Amino acid sequence: MSTTLMPEQKITVPTPVSAQVEAPARIPEGAPRPVRPAGPPALLLEHVSKTFVIGRKKKPVAAISDVSMRVERAEIYGVLGANGSGKSTLIRLVSTLLTLDTGRAEVFGHDVERDEMAVKRLINRVSVDAAFFKKLSPYENLAFAARLYGLHAGDARREAVRILARLGISEKRMGSPIEQMSRGMQQKVAIARALLTSPTLLLLDEPTTGLDPRSKLEVQAFVEDLRATHDATILLTTHDMAEADRLCDRIAILDGGRLVAEDTPDGLKARVARETDLAPTLDNVFMTYTGRSLDEDVEAEGPEDDE
Amino acid sequence: MTIASRPMATALRELSASAAFIERNFNLSRRYWGWELAFLVYAVAGALSISFIGAAAADKRLIFSLVIGAIFWNYLSTVFSFIAETISWERWEGTLEYTMMAPVRRASQLAGSTTYAILYGLVHTSVILLVLTLFFELDMSHANFVTASVVMFAGSFSVVGIGIMAAILPLLYVERGAQMTFVIQSCLLVVSGVYYPVSVLPGWMQVASAFSPATYILDGVRKGLMEGASVGAVVHDLWPLALMGAILIPLGLWLFGRAEHYAKRTGKLKRVG
Repeated sequence: MSTTLMPEQKITVPTPVSAQVEAPARIPEGAPRPVRPAGPPALLLEHVSKTFVIGRKKKPVAAISDVSMRVERAEIYGVLGANGSGKSTLIRLVSTLLTLDTGRAEVFGHDVERDEMAVKRLINRVSVDAAFFKKLSPYENLAFAARLYGLHAGDARREAVRILARLGISEKRMGSPIEQMSRGMQQKVAIARALLTSPTLLLLDEPTTGLDPRSKLEVQAFVEDLRATHDATILLTTHDMAEADRLCDRIAILDGGRLVAEDTPDGLKARVARETDLAPTLDNVFMTYTGRSLDEDVEAEGPEDDE
Repeated sequence: MTIASRPMATALRELSASAAFIERNFNLSRRYWGWELAFLVYAVAGALSISFIGAAAADKRLIFSLVIGAIFWNYLSTVFSFIAETISWERWEGTLEYTMMAPVRRASQLAGSTTYAILYGLVHTSVILLVLTLFFELDMSHANFVTASVVMFAGSFSVVGIGIMAAILPLLYVERGAQMTFVIQSCLLVVSGVYYPVSVLPGWMQVASAFSPATYILDGVRKGLMEGASVGAVVHDLWPLALMGAILIPLGLWLFGRAEHYAKRTGKLKRVG
């Protein structure tokens, strides 16, 4: 099986079924990639909070506290934070998998709670663990997912083959149970599953965590390719500072559920260099705003958040 | 798209989503064929064991009654558990969040799961029926299959309603929900007169049996197959089943929606297992 990237092969994203949903537009080669502030933002969070009650003593734990952010269309927006900082909770709130305690969240002007079905048609998500029916083949899993989003199985197969080829997985692997694939390959299938549905807002929750360096580079190159050829908006959470630096237009840093910094990667680095005597790196940005090093990154308390 | 065609497009999309659940469950049965075979052998062995109690008593009527109990309880319990475990499977595989965030109405999801459960239950039960007829000489000369079919059809709705309500448990109780559905199934087995008349139960259990759709299904099917009763003669079984179906399915869907909202508020959709 080839694991070589094929840069000349571009991705085409199938047109979504709903006429109300605007597909990510394909950008002509060589054209500058726009970040469009016009129209409703891709994602708008205003004073969003989420608290979980954990354990026998019903201890309340604030997973997200008064977070506000605005992500424009076609932007790649990174969210950095330690384990338990609230990154995955943030993604789940936008994914309609959690309700908000307070605040407001909108995806392209649609309220995530009042207009849940419209939001669901606009988003898709890749989580850190590639969740599939492990005995089913990639094709069977992808066909199921595609049909839930109103795509025809035949179209889904063609697109899945194209996307997976771009990620280095050949068509002959499409028929075997997914449990026979490596973790990295499963994650690529998860990415293909998300892209099949043409999400206007793609939520990538630590998509490269646990991948070997080659797989990680392939996924990152794929995201860059997506960014170069389509104006889909991407919300990316990661622990990988180099990845955030490479991919993100802007970065927000979460600490203890609070948004403690937000700027471009260069802006954050310059700010830290200016305010401290540390070198202008994202590692130092992370340490400055979270008060700990990456090595001190610890598991979150309680069962509700596995970031 | 015109205003008139939009509801049609939505309906077609939801139908397609229901079909996707049927296809996925079929693929899962196919891929887990070893488990399916094991479950089938277990079900056949259980039905045979129970039916041989009648053979030991040298009572053909008892054999017939036990065979009906074994076959139709297998169907009902298969349909019930298939629906009730819809959430448990997804939680176990880790796909629950992905299914829940897909733009599909919950009724469409449950309709797909229910349709496959009924098809699966019919195939499963047919195999058991075939095996039992090979072992026992059943006097079907007076059997009224129309009555049995009508009772089963009417009763399936209420079983589906209870199954949907039971599916809530794994949504609310991440670790123990699946076990709770077994408890419900066991209680239905005890009080519904599957292998013995309800009249032998203690008084309070007889009261409980009046609330189990399986009680009316088994009674109606036995009357149809063993006594040749017409549909009109089992109306006293049919109207409670129709009433339960009319109440339990909408109630189950409403409760499922409330439970899903609770799960989203408390973070219980997250992967476990």
